[in-house]
Amino acid sequence: MASTILEMRDITKTFPGVKALSNVNLSVEEGEIHAIVGENGAGKSTLMKVLSGVYPSGTYDGQIIFRGQECNFKGIHDSEHIGIVIIHQELALVPMLSITENIFLGNEHASYGVIDWDANETRTAALLNKVGLNEDPKTLITNIGVGKQQLVEIAKALSKEVKLLILDEPTASLSEKDSQALLDLLLEFKRQGMTSILISHKLNEVNRVADKVTVIRDGRTIETLPRKDISEDRIITSMVGRSLDDRYPPREPQIGEIIFEVKDWSVYHPIHAERQVIKNINLNVRKGEVVGIAGLMGAGRTEFAMSLFGRSYGRHISGEVSLRGKPIDLSSVSKAVAGGIAYVTEDRKTYGLNLIDHIKHNVTLANLGGVSSRGVIDDMREMSVANDYRKKTNIRASSVYQLTGNLSGGNQQKVVLSKWLFADPEVLILDEPTRGIDVGAKYEIYTIIARLAAEGKAIIVISSEMPELLGISDRIYVMNEGRIVGEMAASDASQEKIMRAIVRGEGKAS
Amino acid sequence: MSTDSAPAPQSGVAEDVKQGQRVAVSALTTNLREYGLIIALIVIMLFFQYTTSGTLFKPVNLSNLVQQNSFIIVMALGMLLVIVAGYIDLSVGSVAGFIGALAAMMMVIWPLGIFSNPLVVSIVCLIVGGLIGAAQGYWIAYHRIPSFIVTLAGMLIFRGICQALLGGGSSVGPLPDSFKALSSGFIPDVIGPLVLIPPTVNAAGKTILGSGLTLHMTTIVLGLIAVLAYAYFGFRTRRKRERHGYEAEPFPLFVIKTLVGSALALFLVFQFASYRGLPVVLLVMGVLISLFVFVTKRMTIGRRIYAMGGNAKAAQLSGINTERLTLLVFINMGVLSALGGLIIAARLGQAVPAAGLGSELDVIAAVFIGGASAMGGVGQVIGAVVGGFIMGVMNNGMSIMGVNVDWQQVVKGLVLLGAVIFDVYNKNKA
Repeated sequence: MASTILEMRDITKTFPGVKALSNVNLSVEEGEIHAIVGENGAGKSTLMKVLSGVYPSGTYDGQIIFRGQECNFKGIHDSEHIGIVIIHQELALVPMLSITENIFLGNEHASYGVIDWDANETRTAALLNKVGLNEDPKTLITNIGVGKQQLVEIAKALSKEVKLLILDEPTASLSEKDSQALLDLLLEFKRQGMTSILISHKLNEVNRVADKVTVIRDGRTIETLPRKDISEDRIITSMVGRSLDDRYPPREPQIGEIIFEVKDWSVYHPIHAERQVIKNINLNVRKGEVVGIAGLMGAGRTEFAMSLFGRSYGRHISGEVSLRGKPIDLSSVSKAVAGGIAYVTEDRKTYGLNLIDHIKHNVTLANLGGVSSRGVIDDMREMSVANDYRKKTNIRASSVYQLTGNLSGGNQQKVVLSKWLFADPEVLILDEPTRGIDVGAKYEIYTIIARLAAEGKAIIVISSEMPELLGISDRIYVMNEGRIVGEMAASDASQEKIMRAIVRGEGKAS
Repeated sequence: MSTDSAPAPQSGVAEDVKQGQRVAVSALTTNLREYGLIIALIVIMLFFQYTTSGTLFKPVNLSNLVQQNSFIIVMALGMLLVIVAGYIDLSVGSVAGFIGALAAMMMVIWPLGIFSNPLVVSIVCLIVGGLIGAAQGYWIAYHRIPSFIVTLAGMLIFRGICQALLGGGSSVGPLPDSFKALSSGFIPDVIGPLVLIPPTVNAAGKTILGSGLTLHMTTIVLGLIAVLAYAYFGFRTRRKRERHGYEAEPFPLFVIKTLVGSALALFLVFQFASYRGLPVVLLVMGVLISLFVFVTKRMTIGRRIYAMGGNAKAAQLSGINTERLTLLVFINMGVLSALGGLIIAARLGQAVPAAGLGSELDVIAAVFIGGASAMGGVGQVIGAVVGGFIMGVMNNGMSIMGVNVDWQQVVKGLVLLGAVIFDVYNKNKA
């Protein structure tokens, strides 16, 4: 039996009016990978903030015992000092500084304030080697992908002689390939004896690497499952407090004629004009059909969707799009919206919502004409529209005057969806519609998708989660490196088949 | 905190009532800042009323106050939209100066014949202002050059042209009286004056204090109409909301608000009426303020400007033409800067090279005191107007008190900083 490296006892943390954590217990053994799972808002991040000293000692009740010592952290500095390092979901790197500068930011090897860059770079190279990142230490962060940035964060943690590494949703924005590499790295660290805590929504990942899983719900520890009891169904039941027999709502597709068709769609990169990003894509969607687009990150799916939607991405766009057999003009977003196309972005905070405004104003933004006449907004009509969609999509908020910035991810996604539903499109393109939202909210989003399809809309869903695509689509296109490399009915598709199509496509492209 | 764990809303009447209460609370909190600002203005006015031994509220001083500060407020209306849209305009003072010079040259120096008529000149000047706004807005909107840099360049360029037009350091004037009426005129008294207390002369031949009170009835009538309209529309909107079940304010609050607002307005109207009537520029300002309140609160274009300032990318992907909207915001700013320039020239009766110098800072300060966010997306027209009046009352009050101009600047700076700190502190607490 390994010894216990960290024990958190009876942690209770209250915010004015809300008990975020009540008597949470967590016990992590030396050398294990301990996963913490729970729905959004369950209290995982709060617990980690208590552990890392973001909420200093005295602002919570309970004890933290690390390697036999009771700890009273005053701030992050204290926890890092004894080897607890947390890597947050939103990466804390400075884009215009190099890898070396980022790794040693605030911690530079220097004498009398003069930095010895050679020493720093040598150490960086060693660290990068450890995390398997083959990049020049002088490379600017902005020039490497998110997956590599994540590795730089880990290298930074290693530079601090970490004893307990905490990763908060490390793969949320990584491709399948990068995620796998990251998980392999975690397993490698484990072999070297490091202890990690992994917070994740992706249960298949937890399933793959975790030695133990602690489930948190509504600010309480529900249970800690040992390796042998870990299974996705078991975890889900524990997370939501009920058994989700079916993760996808049942639906009976009523598929009609082709209403949306894209022919020979080609797009070039907005900056590197010679690089073709989308290569002669042909695709169609029928009435009442949910069409999935599968592929790895960087396959060009978002670029394809955004180039369709008012040429919001790329240059030298060519190809034809028709709706009900008639060619439509998609040269600007407003024309695309007027033509009956809607695109629900993968990045709701950056591209989807005005976070400093309330639900009501966000819901009507894409169709202000629908609540106004001659440029004057009818406040009453807008109010009833907002309330209507709040009920329809089950947005949980105190009122439609709640700022969208204060909503949870799932509810934010419902606001973005409401905005586009109110624009009343015939073709709805959903890009990663359930990214970063919890199991319960996912089910609600799937239900909305199913209802829209039943109403006769044509729906395109882009998703990196293959089980999700298999669960909700009628037909799946597989994309890789800017082209469609496979098409299959969902009924005879499988994760293996999709992966095989991607791999074959890669062979073809090179 | 996440709201995912909140209980699912219950249906039925209970929910509507609960929602009504929540709406009331949120309406109160969102308007709290506006009320707070108006209360701050009243407190500042009372303070100066006291320290200037009653000079501040004297009818003649009120007229002065309005005439001195109207150009700041007119330009603040445009600046509010610029700042809400997420930009800044540093050129407004220079554009105002340039337009004043242009107007003076057209009316006094250049032989333009009938085109030197003040009305024609004013229209031409407003168009030129719009073109200047378009020229600057073009680079900001379509080439994404930061507005700070474009308008900093504009500030230098138009100050330079202004001075060059006037031929170095000289001033050009005098301007025709009909033009000066824009700033220093009062509305014609078509209904005629009402002698309330006839002037009485005492034995020493001096007029007795308080006698000789004559009211300009046109002003009184206009004031009454405005106050009645304010109360009527307030009540009608309320009724409409009630019918739909979305009442915002509790009734007593509504009544108090309407009564206090009307009483204040009537007091000011009475003061103006007992002097020379309503200043023309106050009428112009009033119309513009109402227009901009309507545009920002009720019109789709206003809503789009707020959305663009809040998240430009999201606005763009919602089908809003953010480039064109940016251009329009700067054209509007240009026209209002030109109007500001005309008002300054009309008040001075001549064009001077330093007209409007540094006023961009007063205008921007007014908007920020009024609660706008430097990040864009947040700000109210009424806030900017009250912010402008706070600056104006402080200028006026401190001048009467005989506070040195240098120290006036220090006080204004502290008030600006204080107002913004108050805002940020409030936001973090919420």
